Amino acid sequence: MSVWVQIVGVLMACLALGWVFQFAGEKITDGTPFFRDMPLSVAFGYVLGVVVLIWIVWSYYLSRTLAAPEVNKYFFFRLAIEGFVLFSIAAWLFRLLGRTVGTRATKKLFRQMPLTASFGLMTIGIYALLAIFAGLLAPYGQEQIIPGVAANIPPGADPAIGGNADFPLGTDQIGRDILSRLIYGAQNTVGIAFVTTCLAFVLGGTLGFLAATLGGWLDQVLSRFIDVLMAIPSLIFALLLMTIASAWAGSQSGMLTVYMVLIIAVIDSTRVFRLARAVGANIVVMDYIEAAKLRGEGLGYLIFKEILPNATSPLLAEFGLRFCFVFLTIAALSFLGVGIQPPLADWGTMVRDLAQFINFASFAPQVASAPLLAAGAIALLTVAVNFVVDWMLQKSSGLKE
Amino acid sequence: MSPVLKIILQRLGLGLVTLFVVSILIFAAVNMLPGDFAQAILGQGATPEAVAAIRRDLGLDQPPVTRYFLWLAGALQGDLGNSFAQANFASFVGADSGGSAASVAKQIAPRFWNTMFLAGVTAVIAVPFAVILGILAALYRNSAFDKFANIFTLTSISSPEFFLAYVLILFLAVLNPWLPSLSNIYIGMGFGERLEKTLLPALTLTLVVTAHMMRMTRAAIINLLASPYIEMARLKGMSPMRVIVRHALPNALAPIINVVALNLAYLITGVVVVEVVFVYPGIGQLFVDSVKIRDIPVVQACCLIFAAAYILLNLTADIMSILSNPRLRHPK
Repeated sequence: MSVWVQIVGVLMACLALGWVFQFAGEKITDGTPFFRDMPLSVAFGYVLGVVVLIWIVWSYYLSRTLAAPEVNKYFFFRLAIEGFVLFSIAAWLFRLLGRTVGTRATKKLFRQMPLTASFGLMTIGIYALLAIFAGLLAPYGQEQIIPGVAANIPPGADPAIGGNADFPLGTDQIGRDILSRLIYGAQNTVGIAFVTTCLAFVLGGTLGFLAATLGGWLDQVLSRFIDVLMAIPSLIFALLLMTIASAWAGSQSGMLTVYMVLIIAVIDSTRVFRLARAVGANIVVMDYIEAAKLRGEGLGYLIFKEILPNATSPLLAEFGLRFCFVFLTIAALSFLGVGIQPPLADWGTMVRDLAQFINFASFAPQVASAPLLAAGAIALLTVAVNFVVDWMLQKSSGLKE
Repeated sequence: MSPVLKIILQRLGLGLVTLFVVSILIFAAVNMLPGDFAQAILGQGATPEAVAAIRRDLGLDQPPVTRYFLWLAGALQGDLGNSFAQANFASFVGADSGGSAASVAKQIAPRFWNTMFLAGVTAVIAVPFAVILGILAALYRNSAFDKFANIFTLTSISSPEFFLAYVLILFLAVLNPWLPSLSNIYIGMGFGERLEKTLLPALTLTLVVTAHMMRMTRAAIINLLASPYIEMARLKGMSPMRVIVRHALPNALAPIINVVALNLAYLITGVVVVEVVFVYPGIGQLFVDSVKIRDIPVVQACCLIFAAAYILLNLTADIMSILSNPRLRHPK
């Protein structure tokens, strides 16, 4: 309870300081409009921001100076701050690189890019490289149980708590190298999510454009059917269908993954259908479609040569968002134990398997970082994609607000 | 009959039809299972007589259409059938429970209220928080606060629920033992203790839902700020806060209510993962467990409840937005 009292106390103090800040600012600067018109809430915001910044710097200072038992509390804090700073610098350098290297068009693109978007692009690039070259980069195989190596080696390569420099991120509960499994996880999880999203787009996009172009009963039937499918929450529906798929697949866990891809593709294609139909319906009424129809062009030409090129930008943004949703759904299913099956390395499953190590955080923070690494890998990619999509949407809508 | 009532009745009817079709869909999906439940319960060494007996017991020997209507009629009366897992268990220990222990409804009822409690706590924290933050972000848009809020909400939207859950456990339960990391809730627990154990899962859900709600609230208000009457209010010399609270907010109410209802519907999906992480005895956890052991009646029932809640919330969003919009209330 004292924690809440402290928080309320700090907030009250911030409010008082905010008032003092505004009053003092107005007196010292002789009533400049900036201070004169500043509401108390804004002053409070400034003070709160400064207090939080000071608190972060102070905690970071503590994390570098404190001795063993107390410093554990600040371990993750330090990791987060260092990671944040490192990624910011890397993103800034990446943007600088983009501004100096490349064609005129890409240079212009990078010049207008916010730091978040360049961070997103860079991260997506790193993940793509990891996924493609996983076989070359990973020191061990994803299913390889290395003989003579103990299970549950903690990450961090610290010999004091049983770490091993050969396994910088440690080994899991049956002695597989976590670093290798993380790298292969990029290939499996991201690859499967990418394939699923593509499938959802082919299915939903085609049907959506067909419905928009042909209209009539086909449109009605498809739309009502999609409405019903969308009336069931997607994760729930996926879980229901996975129950059935697991009965079909029986003991073949490879088949289960294939079924999962199909199930999620169908469920997510409903959202793509909605968008494709809406975008397509706006395009179909254009004069150039009328002209193409009068020229006697076929349905395929209309959809792929006339409608599709004009619908690229909303579809592309949707692709990014859809990928995030699919990726998160697969991760959630795997985390719940019904997604990608065990011999394949996968981040969701890794989080579930390693989750209990979180409880060791107060005396050996390195041990607790193993499950968070896998979960963080998922979060980092979706955050990156979302940043890029956000930037693309802002750019294409042309809104500055 | 007034036109509003007519529209609302229309929507309600549409919702009922959707729920009916969804129930058919769920039933049909479950009936696509290969083999037989009876076979699954008895395992490989089952004699044909035993299989036939169980089939008769569970009513599996009737045609699918009959079974569907029996199931639907039962579900409408609150009888969701018997759980296979529990039936199986009861037959193993030889105890005749008289159908009470194996009843799906009995299993679901207490968990349903637990889940409602979790969702309720989340909504009470998240809704005011998100709306106020959204208004602030719209008011001070493009400021440092808005940019920070944008990055923060995008991050929490895109993180998987279990990541947020474990981060919260790490900081609020393990490193600083302020809140319990396991929500072992039982019947007859005091409200305060219950609230304390629910707080961490509720906070996780709040993070996810707040982000969505806040972004949508911000977008709805910014959309309105471009209207001429807002320009007029500003030119009159009103303070920005007053412009938003007196002029923008009443008109933004419809989209905001919509956003709130839609996000509460989103809670339904989030609840599944969060309940598993915190071992919260709610309906989501039951659902996942039943999916794993293929306990079909429970899966079916949970699915129906989730879908009904989802449809109901979407319906509420629809009706509320009609009621709060004069143009829809008085259609020409």
